[in-house]
Amino acid sequence: MLADVLIVLAKVVLALTWTLLLALFLTWVERKESAVMQDRIGANRASVFGLRLFGLFQPFADAIKMLFKEDFAPTFAQRALHWLAPMFSFFFVSVAIVAVPFGDSVRLFGRRIPLQVVDLSAAVLFVLAMLSLGIYGILLSGWASANRYSLIGSLRGAAQLVSYEVALGLSLVGLIMVFPSLSLSRIVESQGALLFGFLPKWGIFLQPLGFAVFFLAGMAGTKRVPFDLPEGESEIIGFYTEYGGLKFGLFMFTDFLEVIVLAAMSTTLFFGGWQVPWLGDGGFAFPWGGRLAVAPWAVTVLRVLAFNLKVFFFCWLQILTRWTYPRFRYDQIMDLGWKVLVPLGVGNILITGLILAARG
Amino acid sequence: MIKAWLVIKELLRGAWITFRHFFVNMTFHTLRLFGIKTKRRGAVTIQYPEERKELSPRHRSLHRIRPRDDGKPSCVACMLCVTVCPSECISVEAAEDPDPEVQKVPAKFVVDLNRCCFCGFCVEACPVDAIRMDTGEIRLASRTRAGLEARLDKP
Repeated sequence: MLADVLIVLAKVVLALTWTLLLALFLTWVERKESAVMQDRIGANRASVFGLRLFGLFQPFADAIKMLFKEDFAPTFAQRALHWLAPMFSFFFVSVAIVAVPFGDSVRLFGRRIPLQVVDLSAAVLFVLAMLSLGIYGILLSGWASANRYSLIGSLRGAAQLVSYEVALGLSLVGLIMVFPSLSLSRIVESQGALLFGFLPKWGIFLQPLGFAVFFLAGMAGTKRVPFDLPEGESEIIGFYTEYGGLKFGLFMFTDFLEVIVLAAMSTTLFFGGWQVPWLGDGGFAFPWGGRLAVAPWAVTVLRVLAFNLKVFFFCWLQILTRWTYPRFRYDQIMDLGWKVLVPLGVGNILITGLILAARG
Repeated sequence: MIKAWLVIKELLRGAWITFRHFFVNMTFHTLRLFGIKTKRRGAVTIQYPEERKELSPRHRSLHRIRPRDDGKPSCVACMLCVTVCPSECISVEAAEDPDPEVQKVPAKFVVDLNRCCFCGFCVEACPVDAIRMDTGEIRLASRTRAGLEARLDKP
């Protein structure tokens, strides 16, 4: 009993550490990647005892700066809510990571420990619910700031997130029909099979349209640049106008956590999660007939590495997108959500249903 | 439908440009990291304090007074630069020189860099080519105003 509690605690700590470290690291990646894209170098001056490491200490310097800034709230703000809003944003996103499977399972001291904090039977719904609960952080911050620009930003944010939540949910229905389960670990396991004898049975091959809709709607959910209407830096500054220091830092951090959650969800649902192509429990079994035995511990390591690699690729892709496209106009965002993504999502369900019915 | 395809095509074209820049620059960064010298660099950035761009020969930097053969300033304190200076930042106090060939020398030649606009008129006006702006010194910041008053008669 105690051992179970300890294991769960350890897993919670490990998963949170992984997420937060990756988010810290992503702030650096964002600066560097945008710089490389624009023929610049990017932040490279932060150093510890003369050790620069390409500015890898920059996130820590930023964190220290934010910690020591004044904790400010406007006079007419509702103090408690003003304080709670960033916590809400941060909490609901970081809690979504518990449902993501990081690997299959390890055997330690005669126990089988799945590398997933909790194996929820409705994990897909849980993650969607937590992502949509993040709206409360935005709404509360806009309301509690007693600032009209904040309020406009938060209303825009709420409208955007609610509309894209519809498309996000619809895009996953087709996937759930194909892998008939709502549990992320079951979905990942069924993606280990082969399609036509050689192709890994990943969600992207079964649901390409579903993935496109999911990724676009998810990116809109992260509130980053092509979809950053809640912030609107050039016009309204957005729902965190009245925030400074670490409270603003939490909002910014939430954005990066959302990027990670979206990357992890895309990986888990559409790119095989921790599955390595053709790698079974005993080793590789290539479709052209070759076999390569791999030790069980190496299989686990490979799978965890594959998961991390895929997640990192999607984080990279999102940052690339964020630094490539200019912002949408507000009506264009609503058009894209309701007139493009929602019909595409419904069409995807229809096509999936027809194909499933035709195959019996 | 056709419009949608055009939009998607343009979106992908834009993504291709940033993607290409990223990978080309990353390749050159990586090559340099492993010590392989390439003609092209990954970034156009010049890391300023460590790395300097070569100044153009006609760049107007901090003033100097060209010395005579005996090391004294070659200025004859004719006040032409003081007269022509549009920001009125040069002040010259004349003194007599023991050498009968030279009428006057500056006892004090101060350029107030707080006011100087680096137009180079003083250099143009000087009849004996004494004042020049070719030191190449461009780091002129100071914490005090007095620190920006350059005494040019003292070497």
